[in-house]
Amino acid sequence: MDPKTLRYAKTHEWAYLEGNVCTVGLTKFAVDQLTDIIYIDLPDVDDPVTVGDSFGEIESVKAVSDLYSPVSGDVSAVNEKLQTDPTLISSDPYGKGWLIKVKVEKGTTLDHLMTLEQYEEQIASEEH
Amino acid sequence: MALRTPLYDWHVGHGGRMVEFSGWDMPVQYTSIALEHQAVRTAAGLFDISHMGRLSINGADALPLIQQVYSNNAAAMKIGQVRYGLICNERGGVRDDVLLYRRSHDWMMVVNASNRDKIVSWLEQHKNGRAVEITDQTLTTCMFAVQGPQALALCRGLTEADPEQLAYYHAMPTHYHGNKACFLSRTGYTGEDGIEIIVSALDWTQAVELWEELIRRGAKPCGLGARDTLRLEAAMPLYGHELSEEIDPFQAGLGWAVKLDKGDFIGRDALLRRRDEKTLPRRVGLELAGRRAAREGSTVLHKERIIGHVTSGTVTPTLNKAIAMAYVEPAFTTVGTVCTVDVRGKAEEAHVVPLPFYRRKTDERGTSTSRLLPPKC
Repeated sequence: MDPKTLRYAKTHEWAYLEGNVCTVGLTKFAVDQLTDIIYIDLPDVDDPVTVGDSFGEIESVKAVSDLYSPVSGDVSAVNEKLQTDPTLISSDPYGKGWLIKVKVEKGTTLDHLMTLEQYEEQIASEEH
Repeated sequence: MALRTPLYDWHVGHGGRMVEFSGWDMPVQYTSIALEHQAVRTAAGLFDISHMGRLSINGADALPLIQQVYSNNAAAMKIGQVRYGLICNERGGVRDDVLLYRRSHDWMMVVNASNRDKIVSWLEQHKNGRAVEITDQTLTTCMFAVQGPQALALCRGLTEADPEQLAYYHAMPTHYHGNKACFLSRTGYTGEDGIEIIVSALDWTQAVELWEELIRRGAKPCGLGARDTLRLEAAMPLYGHELSEEIDPFQAGLGWAVKLDKGDFIGRDALLRRRDEKTLPRRVGLELAGRRAAREGSTVLHKERIIGHVTSGTVTPTLNKAIAMAYVEPAFTTVGTVCTVDVRGKAEEAHVVPLPFYRRKTDERGTSTSRLLPPKC
């Protein structure tokens, strides 16, 4: 997926909306910060998720972090490959390393999320 | 502001991710904790450990002061020997765990960065008019650790004296770069063979050159992240986790570093009682069935009753298994005991395993080769 077409949450998740299905992943910046990802805990299909709430956790050698949903809806798919190979998140965060797909209400937009440009500004300020 | 070692600019310039640790800005990693950890287990890693406190204890009455505050027997040490021991409080709790070096002209105590001020005051407080001078040399020196099966070979020719002449837990002064003084010891905190080098921080460009030369010779720079996972696999305690003012050395499994027959020292009376105390929690190793890591503070349960808590935990980069050290009630310390650990609200199955989780193998010639311990249960 092209990072330019994605929208971003402050908590470093990306979202891509196609029809009423939103794909959610973790940004390369977040993945680079975590390094050494060893485990990821994701919800089950049909579980509800709420914008801004934790939907899972990602663990690296050093620490564990919550994953926050950028949208509200019901989980329609979970990237099962990550259970056996969580390194996909680091090697391909915008592709094979996607986390979940969420079925959203009709009319849902991603206007509350940042554009790539805005997200890059946030990262720049975090690095200082 | 946090203190910086002479290598600070080097760390930042080489991708070191800096964090504050015990009042110092230190690199937690340069590349990845797993890669740095593996470099130490299979080849050689290089650590800036200048944050460790280095205290010189000097004077005619240095030994009596040390004997008063130190749990091991310093009187039995020869020049060039290094010995692990505890500094205890009156209740037998641990104020710090330290390495003591007997040198030709003084004694040196290497203490934890987090306890440096506390231990300096403790030593001053117990001088009682004795002829002893305590000099904190932490800021005027720096300290590197070269660790791993190739560490000693890699240092060959770097210093006037050959580090391979040093027996394990021995130290000697020598020179590097011709006439620059340095102090070598065959010690470490990774579970591998290796050396630690102390040089002057005043001529810090020389220190940076030495650091870079070690890298050219094949040592991989490693951060505190790998230092932590390595010491955890080797089951070495970390002050503030496995050790505290409330925990005594027997609970921690460090009774071998307490010499109750050496004469009086601070905490001895309490330790005599606590040695035979059968109710205090004991340090154990846990291996978890899943890959979610138990972290400090996680509770350990047996049939839904809390029997202890985790003090350190991670997923080991070498075994890809979740391991932890915990303090549990004495009835649950037997190897093989099954328990559960509450990892952020979810019960994860675990069992008690022997410590250490990892032990290096040494062949007849004394050269070390790495081996992971098979799980025993």
